Amino acid sequence: MFEFCADPKSLEGFQWFACYLTSGKHMNMYWAFGTVLLLLAVTAPIAMLFGFFGAMAARSPFFALRLIGKGYTGMVRGVPDIVFFLFFVIALDQGIEYIMHLIRCPEWTEPVRNGLEFRVCPQAKVPLGNSAQWIHQFYGFMLAVLTFALVFGAFAANVLYGAMQAVPRAQLETAEAYGLSHAQVFRRVLVPQMWVYALPGLSNLWLILIKATPLLFLLGVQDIVYWARELGGAKTQAFDYPHPDWRLYYFLFLLVFYLGFTRVSEIVLNRISARLSKGQATAAGEAMRKAGI
Amino acid sequence: MTCWETIGAYAFRSLGYGERLLPRSDFTLCQQFTLIGSGLIWNVYFGVVALIFGFVLANAIAFAKASHNPIARKPAEWFIFLFRGSPLFIQFFLAYEALQLLPRAGIDVFGITVQTSWTTKAWAGALFVLFLNTAAYSAEIFYGALRSIPKGDLEAAEAYGLTGFAKFRRIQWPTMLRLAWPAYTNEAIFLFHSTTLVYFSGFPAFQQRGDALYYASYFADKTFNPFVSYPIVAGYFIALTLLLIWLMGAINARLNRHLPSNMGGKIRLRLQVIR
Repeated sequence: MFEFCADPKSLEGFQWFACYLTSGKHMNMYWAFGTVLLLLAVTAPIAMLFGFFGAMAARSPFFALRLIGKGYTGMVRGVPDIVFFLFFVIALDQGIEYIMHLIRCPEWTEPVRNGLEFRVCPQAKVPLGNSAQWIHQFYGFMLAVLTFALVFGAFAANVLYGAMQAVPRAQLETAEAYGLSHAQVFRRVLVPQMWVYALPGLSNLWLILIKATPLLFLLGVQDIVYWARELGGAKTQAFDYPHPDWRLYYFLFLLVFYLGFTRVSEIVLNRISARLSKGQATAAGEAMRKAGI
Repeated sequence: MTCWETIGAYAFRSLGYGERLLPRSDFTLCQQFTLIGSGLIWNVYFGVVALIFGFVLANAIAFAKASHNPIARKPAEWFIFLFRGSPLFIQFFLAYEALQLLPRAGIDVFGITVQTSWTTKAWAGALFVLFLNTAAYSAEIFYGALRSIPKGDLEAAEAYGLTGFAKFRRIQWPTMLRLAWPAYTNEAIFLFHSTTLVYFSGFPAFQQRGDALYYASYFADKTFNPFVSYPIVAGYFIALTLLLIWLMGAINARLNRHLPSNMGGKIRLRLQVIR
């Protein structure tokens, strides 16, 4: 990074740290923070979409659809989410490869699951065996995104289902009395009104999602936890920057990062909630009116 | 090996009793059920012990946070912020690294050497983290309940001449518990769920003695088949959750026994208490 970093062994004090903290591997760690933020930015809308359709299915008049929706919203209640994380990341990978296998190699006769092996034809490998390193990383990341979205979609479905139920029944009946069809009632009355009820749950969900991002490490993505362990471990004289076991300080840094991130999110979400509560006929809105805000 | 023999060999494998070697090939359903069930002992241990000790500390912290005295309030607020604002996963890593820095030979306290090596073991170190973590989450729930005790109840207590500790013991505390219980039930459920993180964070599984998820992922790695072992863990946890809901529901019914039957707090999923 800096010019005086050419010979790390001769450095001391501030210069040593300046060079150490800007080494190539540290740059990778700083980029990993970007990975975490990217995961949040991509996962949140997809999870919302899953949650929305899950909640819609859960209150559908068709039994089969309702069963699927209820099962999806209920799945996170009894089973630890980490089980789903570990399960989906393999299940999705094998599912995708199996579908590719059916499409690309219809004449393949050997069984795919043979004893302790899961073997599809080479053309069905996702990504293909000879593709570049970044494609493998990208695929791993997308798999993690989909896994996160599936699990958090179930949480979001819970929140949105509750919010849809919380919209006063009289509102929907009035709309029906005016001759609106079911779809129109849903689109024009239910959905616009449910967000006030959904917001507290959704803001909690956002905080939970932030705090779940270190689990990326378990899904095999080179995230900040991976780099903290990698860089913090004791380095012998064979390395450019030898140092004792510093993992404690790296994890302390991650802790501060997460504390700051959740705190800032909390402040922003409180502002949004105050903005939405203003003038509403709810307890929060009434409290604001009395306080003269 | 029949299924009974397998159960005999592996039922307490997670505690170090029975067969030492884990199965390496020809995995049977019976082996998976037995070993994962054996691991569940650890989940129950972490959950139950952390819940009981956490409950006591959570009460203290909730009252400290509700106190007018900043010397009591500020530390309680910071404690809750620290543990609720950061991921449990990072807390485990941090605690493990911090505990490893303790001197290996032990610490001298008034001439007596206190051993430190046990603190880095999961049964003590991870339990300690879970204990503090659940105390912080529960304290926030109890604090919220404390603030939403109906004003009339406290005024009525004073009108009857109850003050100080008598008022606290007979009115404030039971009402707080009653109001907090549905949310606290969810906290308990998710505490049991988060015990699965222990052996996936810094704490190593000594001699492959791990929890339910540890063995499930062992089988999934060996067989490349996630469709058997993970549903087994899921089944075990659903059973554990139902048991917990039943137990907490019984306590809830007792806390609400003086109320008309339609006024008791209903227990349902509340997302604010998930880690």
